[in-house]
Amino acid sequence: MTEAALNQADPASGIEGVIDDWSADKQAYHVPWGKLMMWIFLVSDTFIFTCFLTGYMHVRLSTTAPWPPQSEIFALSFGGDPIPLILIAIMTFILITSSGTMALAVNFGYRRDKAKTFMFMCATAALGASFVGMQAFEWTKLIEEGVRPWGNPFGAAQFGSVFFMVTGFHGLHVTGGVIYLLIIANKVRKGHYDKKGFEIVEIAGLYWHFVDLVWVFIFAFFYLL
Amino acid sequence: MSSEAGQQHPLGIYYKIWILLFVLSSFSYAVDFFEVQGAMRWSLVLLFMVLKAGFIVAVFMHVMWERMTLIFTILGPPIVLLLLIGFMIFEGNYVSETRYQYRGHDRDAVALGPNDLHHEEEAH
Repeated sequence: MTEAALNQADPASGIEGVIDDWSADKQAYHVPWGKLMMWIFLVSDTFIFTCFLTGYMHVRLSTTAPWPPQSEIFALSFGGDPIPLILIAIMTFILITSSGTMALAVNFGYRRDKAKTFMFMCATAALGASFVGMQAFEWTKLIEEGVRPWGNPFGAAQFGSVFFMVTGFHGLHVTGGVIYLLIIANKVRKGHYDKKGFEIVEIAGLYWHFVDLVWVFIFAFFYLL
Repeated sequence: MSSEAGQQHPLGIYYKIWILLFVLSSFSYAVDFFEVQGAMRWSLVLLFMVLKAGFIVAVFMHVMWERMTLIFTILGPPIVLLLLIGFMIFEGNYVSETRYQYRGHDRDAVALGPNDLHHEEEAH
């Protein structure tokens, strides 16, 4: 058997496939190495964010000071009565929209449609940038109301530290993602991947969907519950 | 699905999941908007969260089309995090109960909202 044949994915799938993949001296993962590395990075990032959210859960359970009412604090008024949590809802929809445009970019990448891939990646980056902008607005508003990492006028002091830590770290991921997407989009446009293939768009997409995924959990645990 | 050819799927499934994510997010927001409280709030928010996370991972991140070997590598290690969460629930409840019982912290303290603060300012 040639080496290439040894490194082919076994036709067996499911559990049988797992056994086949691991049971010989050959390549175990049949994905491009960049994609595997991105997945391993994302698994480690899952650990980081889960530690943040678990820390949040712990301080919220253990503090005896009342937790500030998020729904009221994150309300925003457009002239009339304040609408609860409206900015956070808009941010959520923006991030989901950006996930959709990213999925389309990946798809057009594999169809080798460079113009559309570039366009959808730029749209994704633009939506991500507007998300960060709204987050900056949110931070400004809370800082003006006296929320600090060490205390706030509404209740438990831990509210501020969790808010700045968790949303700050997530915002940093979004910012990094926007830069990453723009770099890859530009390279796609210039034709860097014409020979190599467009897996890189999928890899960038994995990162972007992960950022959206983390927001799903932050939205539920920090803003809604 | 062979990975050599990359993850190529019809566009339709992406549009469907996209719409589904929008609908599920609206439901989550509706839970807050209509001020559903208590156990109902928790179960609804967590249900919509798990569904959204599942669809993003399965379809947008293509996990449902990957080989089982990669799926185990991705989803296996985070399972130990459930253990951490379990321990910390136990520990957190213990700490707060200790504070109530032995440090005399007030069980009935009520949080203030931005509106309460503004009313106070007006009253002075």
